[in-house]
Order: sequence, then C-alpha cells, then structure tokens
Amino acid sequence: MSSTDTALSARDFKSSQEVKWCPGCGNYSILNQMQKVLAETGATKENTVFVSGIGCSSRFPYYMDTFGFHGIHGRAPSIATGIKIANPDLNVWVITGDGDGLSIGTNHLIHTIRKNIGLKIVLFNNRIYGLTKGQYSPTTEFGKKTKSSPWGTIDYPIHPICISIGAEVTFIARCVDVDVQCMQTVLRRASEHKGTAFVEIYQDCNVYNHGAYSFASDRKTKLDNVLYLEHGKPMIFGKDRDKGIRLNGITPEVVERGKGIAVNDLLIHDEKAPEPTLAYLLSRMHFPDYPEPVGVFRDVEEPAYENLLMNQIGEATEKLGEGTLESLFNAGDTWTVN
Amino acid sequence: MSTATKKKESAATSAAEKGIKELPHAAVRFAGDSGDGMQLAGTQFTNTTAVFGNDISTFPDYPSEIRAPAGTLGGVSGFQVNFGSHTVYTPGDEVDALIAMNPAALKMNLKELAEGGILIINTSEFTKSNLQRAKFETNPLETDELSRYRVYKIPITDQVLEAVKDTGLGTKQAARCKNFYALGLAFWLYDRPLDTTLHWIETKFARVPAVAIANTLALKAGYNFGETAEIFPVRYKVDRADLKPGKYRSLTGNQATALGFVTAAKLAKKPLFYGSYPITPASDILHELSYYKNYDVRTFQAEDEIAAMNAVIGAAYAGNIAVTGTSGPGSALKQEAIGLAVMTELPCVIVNVQRGGPSTGLPTKTEQADLWQSVLGRNSDCPVPVIAARWAAACFDTAIEAVRVAVKYMTPVFMLSDGYLANCSAPWRIPEPSELKPIEIKHADDPETFQPYQRDENGARPWAIPGTPGMQHRIGGLEKEHITGGVCHFPENHERMTNLRAQKLANIARDIPDQKVFGNKNGDLLLVSWGGTYGAMRQAAKYLIEADRKIGHMHMRWLNPMPSNVGDILKRFKKILVCELNAGQLRFLLQAHYKVDTLGLNKVQGLPFKINDIVKKANELLGGK
Repeated sequence: MSSTDTALSARDFKSSQEVKWCPGCGNYSILNQMQKVLAETGATKENTVFVSGIGCSSRFPYYMDTFGFHGIHGRAPSIATGIKIANPDLNVWVITGDGDGLSIGTNHLIHTIRKNIGLKIVLFNNRIYGLTKGQYSPTTEFGKKTKSSPWGTIDYPIHPICISIGAEVTFIARCVDVDVQCMQTVLRRASEHKGTAFVEIYQDCNVYNHGAYSFASDRKTKLDNVLYLEHGKPMIFGKDRDKGIRLNGITPEVVERGKGIAVNDLLIHDEKAPEPTLAYLLSRMHFPDYPEPVGVFRDVEEPAYENLLMNQIGEATEKLGEGTLESLFNAGDTWTVN
Repeated sequence: MSTATKKKESAATSAAEKGIKELPHAAVRFAGDSGDGMQLAGTQFTNTTAVFGNDISTFPDYPSEIRAPAGTLGGVSGFQVNFGSHTVYTPGDEVDALIAMNPAALKMNLKELAEGGILIINTSEFTKSNLQRAKFETNPLETDELSRYRVYKIPITDQVLEAVKDTGLGTKQAARCKNFYALGLAFWLYDRPLDTTLHWIETKFARVPAVAIANTLALKAGYNFGETAEIFPVRYKVDRADLKPGKYRSLTGNQATALGFVTAAKLAKKPLFYGSYPITPASDILHELSYYKNYDVRTFQAEDEIAAMNAVIGAAYAGNIAVTGTSGPGSALKQEAIGLAVMTELPCVIVNVQRGGPSTGLPTKTEQADLWQSVLGRNSDCPVPVIAARWAAACFDTAIEAVRVAVKYMTPVFMLSDGYLANCSAPWRIPEPSELKPIEIKHADDPETFQPYQRDENGARPWAIPGTPGMQHRIGGLEKEHITGGVCHFPENHERMTNLRAQKLANIARDIPDQKVFGNKNGDLLLVSWGGTYGAMRQAAKYLIEADRKIGHMHMRWLNPMPSNVGDILKRFKKILVCELNAGQLRFLLQAHYKVDTLGLNKVQGLPFKINDIVKKANELLGGK
C-alpha cells in the first residue's frame, strides 16, 4: 500500500535500526523532533530523502524510515543537490555537523546556499569532533583544551550563521537541542521554505564537550541568555522579560526595560527584510556579552535553483520543440554521400 | 622521407594535368597569432572540405594562454586539416602547405612543413619588431633558410586593408579580416567552393553588416589573388572520398561525446544529468550539453570537481542518467567519490579527457597517462570499468556503451578520451535513430521482494529510486551486508563483498566483444595500442602490411576488464610493441595480467603519434629492409 494513503505518525518515521548514539546525546532530541515534524507536515516516506556526510550526526539517515544516503565527508550538500535536480519533487534534507559541514565541506555548504537549491540543511553544532574522539572543530571556542589542542586552540572559530548570510541564504534559523518547542517550529518552517533552508542546532556532546551550551539549555538561566526571535515583535528577553535589545549607532546593546526605555526604543525583528543586515547583526550576538538569538533570523523568497532550471528546460522546449534524436543528429552543416 | 610521403608524391605526379594537379590527400596548416582567427579559418576550411565530400581529420594546436602578447612565440595558434579521397586516419605527419601569418607562426610551425611544401607568408607582419618578438636574429625572408620550400610572399594584411577600405571599418578591425583572406587563398589553392563559408558569414554576422561585408570581401580577395596573380604554377584537387553512403556531419570528439550522452539518455527514456567543473580540454562537453535544454539535459556547473562527482552520484541515486566530465587533475579529485559510487553501486559515467601531466601539466596538450589512475586510482580494492574512445566520431558510440554498461551492471564507468580526440574533428555518418538499440532500465518497485544488495545474473543490485512507494532504504559509503545492504563490518562479509565487486567487473568481460586484430593474426610483431592513437596506429599498420611485414595491430577499446581473448592474441606474435602516449601504462597492465614480455613505444611530448614514429620503430624491431 502506498504510504500516501494514510496519515503517518512520528513513530512511522522510525526505522528498524537500533539507534547507536551515546546515551544522553543531544541527537536523540533532534531525531524525535524531526520525526514529529515530518508527521505533522504530512511528509511521505517515499518522497523524503535524508542525506548526510561523516560524523556522529551523519548516522541520522539510518534511523529514519525514509530514503537515506550516508555519503562521504563534507559532500552531503552536493549529493543532495544531484538528487534534488534529478527529481525536484522530493523533500531532501541534509544532515551535517560542524566538522562535516564547516571544515571539509564548507565549500559545498556555501555554494549550495548561494545557489538557493531547495535543500533543508540541518547542522548539528556541538563544537567538537565526536566520532574521531574529541579533537577541536571549526566552531570550538578559542583557547579550548581538547585532545588535539592540549595547550588550548589557537584557531578562531567560524560562525555558521554569519557565513551563510554572506552566501545570501534565504532561510536561516537556530535552536537548542533541548528546546523541543523551538526546534519543532524551526524545522517546520524550514520544511516549508522554498530554496535553501539552513538550521543550526546547538547540540550537546555529553562525552567530549558536555555543557558547551549550558548557558542556553539550563532551565534556570536560559531565559536570561537566549533571545527568542519573533517576526514583527520587539526584542525582549529575560526570565521576567525585563531586558531588551536596542541599537546604539550600529551596535546592538542590552538594555533594561523601564528606567526610561520604552518598547518603542527596542529593535523590532524583521525576518522578511530584503537586506540581511539585521540578521547579520543578530548572528554576531554571542554569550556572555549578549543573549544568543534563537528562532528564525531570516526568511525571504527567491526562486529556487531547481525551479529556475526546470523553467529553462520548459522554455527551451516550448521555443525549440521537444528534442528528438532526429533533430539532435541533423543539426549544423550536413552533407550527403551517395 | 616517410612511406606516406613517398606514396603521396607518386600518386600526385601521375594525376598531374594542365594547371590542376590531383592529389590523394593534402594537409594544410593555418598558423598565426592567437588573436588572428586561425581556429576559425581552419574550421571553415574543414567544413567546406567535409561538405565537398572528402574524408578529413583535423588538429587544432593552440596555446593555454588566452591571449599571450601579440607576435610572441607563446601566442601562436595553429589549425591543421588533412583531407583525402580515401580514408584519412590522422591530421597528417607533416603538412603540404603552411600559411604563416607572422614571424612567430613561421618559427613555431616550419618544422611541420614537408620538404618542398608550399609556404605562404604574410609579409606585412614581418616588421622589425615582430621579428624580434619571434626571436629571429635575421629576417628569414632575406636569407636562404627557406630555400627548401616553395615560398609565396604575400602582403596579406596590406591587401586586406585595401580590399575592405570602403566598408568604413577602422584599421584594427579591418585587419582582423585577414584570416578570411588566408582562407580564400587556401580555397583557391585546393579548388574548394566558397559558398559554405559565405553562408556562414552571412548568418554569423547578420547583426553587423559591415563586418559581414568586410569578411566577404577579404575572403574573395584571397581567392581572387590566387586566381589572377599567377604566382602559383598549379592548384590542387583532392577528389571526393569513397565514404559509406549516408548523411554526414563533422564532429569533434567533445561534440560526439556530448551527443552520445544525450542519445543514451533518450534511448533510456531518462533525463540526462551532467555535473561538471570547467577544465581544459573537457569544458566543451559542458558547453555543448548546456545548450540542449529542450532534450531535458540538466547541466550543473559545480563549485569544484568533488561537488560535480557527488552531485552525479545523487542524480544517479534519484534515477537520472548521470555523467561528469573532467581531465586528469579533476579525475584525481573525484576518486574518493568514485569509490562511493562503487560502494553504493550506482550507475554513472566519468569522462576523462586526458591531458599532459602530472599536476597541472600541459592543459592544452594531449596524453594518455590517466590509464593507471582510472584502473587503479582509488583507496582499497575498487574496480571500475574503463573504456576508451579511439576516434573523434567514435566518442559517440563509446559514450552510449559506457552508459549501457553502467546501468546494466550498476557501476560507475570511466570513459577515456584525450585532448587530441576532444578537439580534432572527423566526419560522422548520421545514424537512423531506429538503428540504435534502446537502453532498458527497470527500477525495483516491489517492496515485498526488494533487498537493496540482492544481485541479478549480471551481479548487479536493484536500482530503487526515491519517490517509489514502499521502497525506502538506506545506502552509503560504509561496507554493506550481502543482500540486505545493511551496514556490516563482519570480516567474512567484507571479503565476500570485495569478491562480488570484482566478479561484477569480470562479468562485463563476458559481455564485451572479442578483441579484434587487424592484419596478420600471428607473426613477427603485434602492435598494441588504445584510445586516441588509433588513426596513426592503423595507418602505420597498413603501410607495414603493404610492405609485406608480418605484423598485426590490436587496438584496445575496453581496458578494464580486457576482452577475454587478449591473452591468446599476445601469445601468437614473436614480439609485442605497446605504443602509448605515456611512459608505459598499458604495457604494465598487460604484463601484470598476462605475464608476457612486451616492448614499449612511448611518446610523452604532449603530441599525438606520427605515423612515421610507429613505422620507424616497427621496422627497427623487424630488421631487414
């Protein structure tokens, strides 16, 4: 029976494979939310494809009862591009990590985003190499001691949202692995976006980098350290919603509400802004100087690559007629030998 | 003097008649600065000659710099065309006529001109500064260093300026018409009609009438100069060739490759996906295919070679006919992903238009040195079938066969072409579409019986594509369990899968035609060759056989696997000479496979073999005569 005939539940998207991530890994939550979102959005098993590279995150496709392709290191966006162009009707997700997507595969990530290919790219950022057992990654904080940096790293970290904005991303969002609500919203929005949707998930590696995001996941402190972005709303945060973000010149600053600061003085989030200036400004806000923004930074519409390609094919076919072997062979100067 | 030249001359003399001398074949080379339009002149001469009914073979020879400084040796661009009234196998070992548009072109090309050959020189460009740029210490026109040739000194640039002066073009633009003057002169010299080129000019420059008129005037001025100046004692005629009846067009190897893939996709009733990164000399395949949108060709210009190969794998997974094209350095970058295609057993074709290496090497020059890379160049035991095109137009059939094998056996396939085949052109007899066998593709669609790594009688696994209800499954680069395709690290399973992958390659050997031998089936010497050297090799073999040498010629198309009778053939000859444009790669593989002693003829100059290279070496080995 075709699975399009019946509504599917989250459970239907679980494959028969035993999940082999370390107990307590942030990936479990992502897997669960993904399965829920697919069920909620009416996705089908046969039209959904998960493509991954190498790393802990990249085991993800094995655990989904959809089509899945576990590729090679860093190249998932390219494999997924081929799939999407070959069949634009498929829902193609790319699962990658900070090592896979931001080190060996950065080139492909940037160009996929730039071309606005209709892929949903989910980057699990745990700021460490987990599968190879604990070396620093491109997103590891400066000075951190890891297996390959016993004296502290001397690499400056890369900021995935900043570089995706540099590549003209049309949809960019961030969430934290334990924040189930926010993750579901973000994944649902990503699945609905036409063109490249890029989602960064702050994910805890409880073995090699535990607590990297405790500022954003700890129930007691997270509301003071995270800024939930809401389109058209002023940027307010804090347990008591007593703080906000104001622009001082071209620099954002944290202000306390009351004390002469009115709501009108605060920055209003605009995820639809044609220029990504505000999204970029938000992407530069890091703990502890700022609350770190989560939610949708930017969501604008631009034609997706595969649609432009199919349009060109359609237009050429309309103009020149559908190509046949006769027309192919007999083009150009020909001559006949009797 | 080569056997070829001797034959040519005797035929020529006997056919001589009043004013017009008949030749069995003739080779002409246009040479000038890279901005002088020599490729265009050569192509036009080729088209006219093809339409006239000669067999042809061409060889463009251009620098890798887009525009080296004008007049320098590095900026010389040449185009050679050989045409005949019989089968023409190569662009010619040497040329019968050289048109040199400046001192640098003369210096770089003179060694290609046969002794006593026609040398047309554009004297307008033999200025002091141009002579210096070409590193001439004395003006060769004023010494006797050209005395071995029949020299015709014509102030071409000046004549063109005079001919087009009424068109209103500026001097610089007017002077650019000089290639058409040279072309017109060559048309007169070899008794070719002007109409094909006139028609081309009219269409090409429809929007710039002044340029169209100027080029037409220049073309006619060149032709008329030949007619009226009476400086040429004779003109030449090369009769129509006895080609197989049918409709023809002229194709370069890259064009034929592109056409082959579009055809294969049509025969398979599938879209064609071509993912590629621009690289000399393969880029023309991308250019050509990107035009064919109305054939549902989906070209993807990737950010790099690696992305191109991975996108091809994705497109294959999703059910397109998936192809990438590249050259040596790009092929090296793709190898890891090709391993993924082997592990996931997905059908795709990698075209490697080989060039001189290693590293960046000689981007615009030809070589055959990526055989090892194709057969052996991946991590672990990673068999990939390898087929090589032997002839520009044969790239068409080779591309179709590569696709056919890829989808039948669920495997990546290497198709080897080279810089020489890519750019040289030859007549292609247009097939009737009904002559071509459809490519049958059956996608797995029964969830009840589906096992991702269950093999058919060929050893191929089923091709189940996303979008098919109930067929969801996971594949990837990790070792697969036999039949189920689940991830499996068991020792016995890995060994079994390694053997199954090797067996699949061996199965292809049962499917490909037996290796043929041209000439003697046993004897003193077997000439062995592969890929783009076919023309020179076959012509050399013909000359040797005509001279009663007991030789055979084995030209290989499938290199991995090799046809199953190759071992038997090698045993039937006293000596084996493996001729390649590399340092001995096929020779190494043959020795490893068949434990035979072989000799090598290896040329690694970035240039194709000359017929005489082979004849000379063969005679040396055979002794006597």
